[in-house]
Amino acid sequence: MSAHPPIIAVQDKSIDPATNEMVVLANDNQMSTVWDRFAAQKPQCKFGTDGICCKICHMGPCRITPKAKLGVCGADADTIVARNILREIAAGTAAHSDHGRMLVRTLKMVAQGKSADYQIKDPERLRNAALDFDIKIEGRTDSEIALELANFFMTQFAWSDEPNATLKLAPKKRQELWEKLEIAPSGIDSSIVEVMHRTNMGVDHSYRHLIMAGLKCSLADGWVGSAIATTCSDILFGTPKPVRSRVNLGVLSDEKVNIIVHGHEPTLSEMLAVASGDEELLAYAKSKGATGINVAGICCTANEALMRHGLPIVGNFLQQELAIITGAVEVMVVDVQCVMPSLAQVSKCFHTELVSTSEIAQSMGAEQITFDAKAGYECACQLIRKAIDNFERRDKTRVHIPNESMELVAGFSNEAIFQMLGGQFRSTFRPLNDAIIDGRIRGVVGVVGCTNPKIQSDSAHVKLTEELIKRNILVLETGCAAIACAKFGLLTPEAALAKAGDTLREVCDVVGIPPVLHMGSCVDNSRILMAATNVLLEGGLGEDLSDLPVAGAAPEWMSEKAVAIGNYFVASGIYVVLGHPLYVAGSENVDRLLREEMEGITGGKFEWEPDPVLAADKILAHIEKKRDALRINVKKERKALDMKERRAL
Amino acid sequence: MSVDTKLIAASAIRGAHNAVAEAKDFLARAITAKGIDAAVSFPDTNYALPVIYSMLGVKVQKLSDMQAVIDRCEKLLPAGPSEHNWLPYLGDTLDAGMATLFAFEIIEGCKYLIGPNPVNGIWLGAASDVILRARGIEFVDGSAPGFAAIVGAAPSKEAAVRIARELQEKNLYTFIAGNTNGVSFAEQLDEAGVQTGWETRLVPFGKDISAAVYALGFANRAALAFGNIQPGDYKRNLKYNKDRVFAFVMALGEVTDEKYAAAAGAISYGFPTIADTDIPEILPTGICTYEHVVSSIPIDSIVEKCLEVRGCKVKVTKMPIPVSYGAAFEGERIRREQTFVEFGGNRTHAFEYVTTRELDEIENGKVTVIGPDIDQVVPGNALPLGIWVEVAGRKMQPDFEAILERQIHHIINGAEGVWHMGQRDQGWLRISKSAQERGFTFRHFGDMVRVKLTNDYQAIVDKIQVTIFTTAEEVDRRLPEIRQVYRARNQRVESLTDDSVDTFYSCLLCQSFAPNHVCVITPERLGLCGAFNWLDGKAAYEIDPTGGNQPLLKGECIDPIRGQWKNINDYVYTTSKHAIDTVNAYSMMEYPMTSCGCFEAIVAVMPECNGVMMVNREYMGDTPSGMKFSTMASMAGGGQQVPGFIGVGKNYATSRKFIAAEGGHKRIVWMPTSLKEALREDLELIGKRLGIDNFLENICDETITTESEGVMEFMAKVNHPALAMWDITEPSPEAAAVDAAREAVAHG
Repeated sequence: MSAHPPIIAVQDKSIDPATNEMVVLANDNQMSTVWDRFAAQKPQCKFGTDGICCKICHMGPCRITPKAKLGVCGADADTIVARNILREIAAGTAAHSDHGRMLVRTLKMVAQGKSADYQIKDPERLRNAALDFDIKIEGRTDSEIALELANFFMTQFAWSDEPNATLKLAPKKRQELWEKLEIAPSGIDSSIVEVMHRTNMGVDHSYRHLIMAGLKCSLADGWVGSAIATTCSDILFGTPKPVRSRVNLGVLSDEKVNIIVHGHEPTLSEMLAVASGDEELLAYAKSKGATGINVAGICCTANEALMRHGLPIVGNFLQQELAIITGAVEVMVVDVQCVMPSLAQVSKCFHTELVSTSEIAQSMGAEQITFDAKAGYECACQLIRKAIDNFERRDKTRVHIPNESMELVAGFSNEAIFQMLGGQFRSTFRPLNDAIIDGRIRGVVGVVGCTNPKIQSDSAHVKLTEELIKRNILVLETGCAAIACAKFGLLTPEAALAKAGDTLREVCDVVGIPPVLHMGSCVDNSRILMAATNVLLEGGLGEDLSDLPVAGAAPEWMSEKAVAIGNYFVASGIYVVLGHPLYVAGSENVDRLLREEMEGITGGKFEWEPDPVLAADKILAHIEKKRDALRINVKKERKALDMKERRAL
Repeated sequence: MSVDTKLIAASAIRGAHNAVAEAKDFLARAITAKGIDAAVSFPDTNYALPVIYSMLGVKVQKLSDMQAVIDRCEKLLPAGPSEHNWLPYLGDTLDAGMATLFAFEIIEGCKYLIGPNPVNGIWLGAASDVILRARGIEFVDGSAPGFAAIVGAAPSKEAAVRIARELQEKNLYTFIAGNTNGVSFAEQLDEAGVQTGWETRLVPFGKDISAAVYALGFANRAALAFGNIQPGDYKRNLKYNKDRVFAFVMALGEVTDEKYAAAAGAISYGFPTIADTDIPEILPTGICTYEHVVSSIPIDSIVEKCLEVRGCKVKVTKMPIPVSYGAAFEGERIRREQTFVEFGGNRTHAFEYVTTRELDEIENGKVTVIGPDIDQVVPGNALPLGIWVEVAGRKMQPDFEAILERQIHHIINGAEGVWHMGQRDQGWLRISKSAQERGFTFRHFGDMVRVKLTNDYQAIVDKIQVTIFTTAEEVDRRLPEIRQVYRARNQRVESLTDDSVDTFYSCLLCQSFAPNHVCVITPERLGLCGAFNWLDGKAAYEIDPTGGNQPLLKGECIDPIRGQWKNINDYVYTTSKHAIDTVNAYSMMEYPMTSCGCFEAIVAVMPECNGVMMVNREYMGDTPSGMKFSTMASMAGGGQQVPGFIGVGKNYATSRKFIAAEGGHKRIVWMPTSLKEALREDLELIGKRLGIDNFLENICDETITTESEGVMEFMAKVNHPALAMWDITEPSPEAAAVDAAREAVAHG
């Protein structure tokens, strides 16, 4: 295979020694990785990054230049930039929501008894979800409730003349604002369709009008599609609770059969986790000279399996090729999203078999074994058997597994937070709210998103997170951001002692938590929205999400999904700092709308800040501004109550 | 760097495992000894094992019920935090704490069955429902602002006494359990000669730490009895305790795993732990209102610190006397051999009297003793006594004299080593030898009355002057005059009727505990706690115009028979937080007045007898309704309207308006003998007024029967007047006429 000369110095590719070690190995063996291809793409198209390249119709492609300020149709930079962002939002929303739809289908199948391998693992979550949406639970079986819930979720995709019912998970004031701004979506699919229509040639040209439509579409992701996905996963596979595991390439075993699950859906990985304990398969693995079966993950399939089963994580997005280059992977099972087409080429250099399992996603050069949830367990066994059979073909002389692996604690669903803060009997967010109010915790920030070869991998995630916790800010993470920080020990409770500010450390000590809470996959950013809502409902911190001393950040993002996520956070009234801008540089107007004027509209806004330290400063300034507005920065006197005051309670 | 909470978590979780193991062992022994179906309970309660009942909704009645609770405990028991990369432990610790309390309650329950008996010597074991309700009123009206749960032992006997006295002076209850290396706080008090027991608010529950569960069971029962919280609704019960029950744990001496486990249980109630030893602290807030665990507090400041951490404000009037002072000392006994001097009783004359003067007639604050003082007394002698109190004030009214005078009992009785009983010219007082040794003199009677009345009644008492008479001549000379005043006052109270006034008074004093309950106090219906009548309400409003007693203009009368007024309805609707919209003052069958839970007696309908029974809370036996007092009380409390059941003050039975809508006293078919005796004089008068001979003899009691068939037989035998009345479940003819008239107005 062809090899590109390394253009980026190895130490600049990642702050993770395991990654860099594998990159050197790849270079030595003339195998191309993402960084090589990134280098080959340099310089990247400035019209693209500025957002002023338009290929929406075939009079173009057009690009805006000082000489040609309008496209052929007459669209200016503002219109073109806005339309391009909207289509990214639509794509991101589609990805998360289609993931959600798959899970609704599985839930329905289980409710109808068509899949013996899956069960309603968390009936309590099922019943609570049913209650959220006014579905009757008294005197009904789990299956009956699940069927109605699944059918109800299905209705959330199609167009309706009512706003999406799941929006009512949000605080009341926020819902009212969405309605007032006319950005409450009424159907996931129809919101996406509307964006595609409005951005079509010759339809909606007002950049403001367009950006608001983008926010509406993004809400159909965060508060609808993603929320549905998370809920269904919890019902089917169990709501996560705190769990220990390990992370980084070192979790691969040189003695066991290694199977990597990669992508985003939890349905198959769930079965693989179960089947990996199958006595018969273990015996079979032993017969082939392996000491066991090691199922580990990459990207968000990994996060899903970690949250519920404590399965180890091999790495995040940019480590997917490197995992194969260890020469120790028998099978890599992929489904949807963030799966690099290059995996097929890399796996051909080793004995690794790449298996593509989604009916909607085929990888060239991969074997297609379309996963059928009706026979989930058998399908999982088939894949494990395939891996065991492949174990014999592993070339031990080419196996190179880095030593690095770090322990971590994950599993922080909202339900788990309620439990860890108050136990079964006092289940509450109160200690968190109190800590925010008394200033021990200045605020809460969601750090999320991908890794991206434009940025030294993991560096911005880790640096920003360290800077935040040093400033006594509690960090919630999902996706590849969580994996990055996990690799550097930030997801251990010991990190609170070593790296958190004094007062955050005190709170972590009381609860026994890391300063960084892993809340799941990128679809599970819906959990972060709910965490913010739960804080609000617990009381004492305002009436709307935009009152809260919170923020979001995606320091190393790359996916269209991240564009959708950033927008639904902003539409939810939250300040979002991106490590590099959306494609907006070509339109001062759109840039100003997103970074300044938006605060007066939704209460949230974007900021672009590549320097993690400055980003942390900006976030803290925003948080302190919110704290001042809430008047919680004024030291509260201890209030001793006499009987008269107690009667007035 | 320390991980403080983790040490506590590890310790509490270990303690919880030990507690559950011990409970299993107790249960196994009980089953072996008595069989799995053996009945098990705490004595005289309708709330079974109250922590388990209120948290899990499980009414433990047999040993087999305990087995299910043990299973639940085992599910709750978490693993302790690991050394590295530990999982969150706060929630686990709280769960472990609750499992511990369940286990403790099983242990104590088994002890009642197989021993050692929790009631032994100074140790009292579980509080009965009678105690709960009688003491409950002190918690709900604020005369007891909270309780301290002391576990362990003070560094010395003297320190124990200091702490106990300080808690008593602050009017707190002190619940005592556990020990430190075999020594218990209660034993330290006992050795130092301090009287313990409910009456002194120093309550030794048990020497094992498992007895700490009685304190939490008391708190849980308050929520069930006064807060209308349902068994099994653990969330609301614990929230109620956090918001309304101002309790804390004072850990004295070494804190063992089991004590940590119990403290973890208490934290779920919002009760923090304050320790005198150097244990890790948990300062961030959330489960408790303020800190969760505070340590290394010196003994001399520990009570203050406890109140600060719990966020409880206690107002105490500092008395210029050489002995301790507080409501807790009211229950103190002084035996004859401890007495230095006494007054009244049957040995001499003693009176106390409050009268009104013009502002310029008296010298404010002047206290005079006329006659010998204590230094001239032969020990063991009895002296005459007159406590002559003159007050002046712009807002003073003659009606308030009796109210102020009635306070003298509480005021004097609150001094440590001083005992007071009776009122008016029926007083009986003792001063103990120890009080005398510490310098207590007769002048101090005057000082206490002066300070307390000035403090508590500053809105009506501008000036006060007290004279203490201790010679027979001075006392006897004044008796005829004041006896005349007493008679005049009686007549005034007699003449006060609901129809003669345009204003009633509300009482919301209980809303700190029973948030939906509203008392409407009329001249002819006193508060159901028995402690507050219409004149009290009137005075209380003068004293504090924004306080818990507000004047209620009756306004338009909707129903004169049932006692319903529009303004009263509106007021009750607002102040019950919209829970109750209609209230009848004289009916127990339709929209009756609600009860907080600390009523003195219950009137309950017996439809089969066409009458009612009235049961006082001290009566613990069976009643013909098939329910004991505690069962009926648990139905009627918590601010709900339960037609057919009303909580009342005992003296309501002497009112002309007693269940007037149902026909009044003639409906009474059954009463415990103790209540009959207490009300005999009044009821006989009422019988005469009604023209019924042998009125009291016509009322059945437990010496005759506790079965409803028996009551019916008895009624037939004596030809009980209720037999001739209209069906009690229907409105009376007069009430029906009111309804018809109203109906006619509505339609035409």
